[in-house]
Amino acid sequence: MSDVLPDRGPPGPLTSGPEAHTPLLDVRGLQKFFPITRGFLQRTVGHVRAVDGVDFTVNEGETLGLVGESGCGKTTASRCILRAIDPTGGQILYRTRTGKVVDLASLPPAELLPLRAEIQMIFQDPFGSLNPRMTLLDNVGEPLLVNGMKSRRERTDRVAELLRLVGLRPEFMHRFPHAFSGGQRQRIGIARALATNPRLVVADEPVSALDVSIQAQVLNLLLELQARLKLTFLFVAHDLSVVRHISDRIAVMYVGQLVELAPTDAIFRQPLHPYTAALMRAVPAADPRVRSGDGVLSGEVPSPANPPSGCYFHPRCRHAQARCKVEAPALREIAPGHVSRCHFAGEMVF
Amino acid sequence: MSTEAQPLLSVRDLRVSFVLDEGLVRAVDGTSFDVMPGQVLGVVGESGCGKSVTMRAILQLIDRPGRITKGEIHFRRDSGVVDLVQLSPRGGEMRDIRGGEIALIPQEPMAAFSPVHTVGDQIVEAILLHSHRWQPDRKLSRSEARDITVGLFRDVGISMPEQRIYTYSWQLSGGLRQRAMIAMALSCKPRLLIADEPTTAIDVTTQAQVLALLRDLQARYNTAIIFITHDLGVIAQMASYVVVMYLGRVMEEGPVDDIFHAPKHPYTRALLRSIPSLYGQTRVALPVISGALPHPFNRPPGCPFHPRCPDVMERCSVAVPRLMPVGTSQLASCFLHHEEAEQA
Repeated sequence: MSDVLPDRGPPGPLTSGPEAHTPLLDVRGLQKFFPITRGFLQRTVGHVRAVDGVDFTVNEGETLGLVGESGCGKTTASRCILRAIDPTGGQILYRTRTGKVVDLASLPPAELLPLRAEIQMIFQDPFGSLNPRMTLLDNVGEPLLVNGMKSRRERTDRVAELLRLVGLRPEFMHRFPHAFSGGQRQRIGIARALATNPRLVVADEPVSALDVSIQAQVLNLLLELQARLKLTFLFVAHDLSVVRHISDRIAVMYVGQLVELAPTDAIFRQPLHPYTAALMRAVPAADPRVRSGDGVLSGEVPSPANPPSGCYFHPRCRHAQARCKVEAPALREIAPGHVSRCHFAGEMVF
Repeated sequence: MSTEAQPLLSVRDLRVSFVLDEGLVRAVDGTSFDVMPGQVLGVVGESGCGKSVTMRAILQLIDRPGRITKGEIHFRRDSGVVDLVQLSPRGGEMRDIRGGEIALIPQEPMAAFSPVHTVGDQIVEAILLHSHRWQPDRKLSRSEARDITVGLFRDVGISMPEQRIYTYSWQLSGGLRQRAMIAMALSCKPRLLIADEPTTAIDVTTQAQVLALLRDLQARYNTAIIFITHDLGVIAQMASYVVVMYLGRVMEEGPVDDIFHAPKHPYTRALLRSIPSLYGQTRVALPVISGALPHPFNRPPGCPFHPRCPDVMERCSVAVPRLMPVGTSQLASCFLHHEEAEQA
């Protein structure tokens, strides 16, 4: 499956024990609705079902890629896992460093606080995510301060170590973010995310704002850090070739729902959902001898406030049949570790 | 440099500088290329390579403190060839060409449309300004221009065009907004369309729709297109001829198949290797281009790519290689392939 990491096998049952195959994160039926309000009294007249039924597990040490178009809920789902926002429903079971399984979705803030160090985030925009008035020492060192490292000397040493880890010179720590290029700033953002020795790192489009020649550097750094620090990544992105390169397994979302999840090789060999297949066909091949873009998906992504009946994808699906308009398909396991939300998965080739 | 056909646009040794308090930024530093009638020319490059500034120079839209310091931009009109650099940016002839004969599809359609006018009104205004492109002998009426707009909306695949011309840009989705922008760019029947990263801000499935639309319109109207992007996949699918830029200079140019399958310049080669593909091995280290893009104030001397180049030689840091023919169909500015340097 990969040269860097051994195959971890199928996800096992969630237990409190320290077994090798237990998932680090188990998301079950995650929902996040945003109210639509109207009028003077801000009456709730409806809901944007940004995330509506997302189930997946992330095993320790693996990278799960989460893909989908803008508005599909991938960022909202990842923000729920970080508890940056409170989910409306569902469970987010997380196995802590001590082996205890907790539900991040319902944990009271006081109990959540010590877990914050374990789950960290890498942001998309390397220009907006660093405080321009703080030196690197303060930017990268702030999570350490918040987590109780009061001594400035200790923090300086740790920041120097972190900067070295991400391939920057420790002397840079007294400079301000504006002195650095986009790629270097993304390295700084990664250093900050790693400051508290996290176990799970949520990376939301970490390379999409970077230049082509810099993207590869940052992707390589992420792979290297993962192997060295045994990190688990939830990698949110829209670029399929990037996601394919970095992920062990890939989850595809469409209008707030998970539509397919499978090991990277399997999903690219044979996608079992027509949306995944269409998404792959839409990627322009970097080779003029390969004509891509045939079978372009027509229409627009429906609004999550007013999704279509039945299968959410049916108005754009070229395989849609009468059944798809009325009956919402359930997420089914078609092959080991390969789930799809399509009535005809396994019967048709998309 | 084809000899049989006359180029529609010919850029020669273009130089654009920005004089800032911190120093001089040479954003475009000796760029030359041709666009043939009906050709789709792809311009690839990373941020700061001068691709957008070159296009703004063609349209004479360089604002102060920027200035075209040198070079020629020959554009072929019905009345003959004009050097756009010699025209006054606010003069009648330039205004006639800008929007009329050379149109621009900007990267961010949200920022390009006015939010307080309907999209239809904005296109009608453009048609009325350049109405002789539709009716050479008389002025078009507003209702005629509106009918043309409805037809354009239909051409670019906007459903319910009669209603959609009365919407505001912020009421449209990203894909529709970009379609409306394309309709506006086509509204004066341009000979040359400059598409500056037209699909960068939109999703991959919408991007596929917009690319298919542009390809279809290009075939139908035989408009020449300069397609600017950093996405090598988009270039491979859209362009027939490719120009690779780095720090304001053309590194390499040639037919699309040669650029992708027989790249000559080390920068092109490295760029092609560093992108993850949909077919390669996963979770292994990608070949990278070492270092970072230099800051505009400290341009390296000699070949701009030499500090990051795997094949760097002694000469590269002192002399600037010229863009010279290499092989049968390509041009490259690299001392690996020839000895010619620019005059100091």
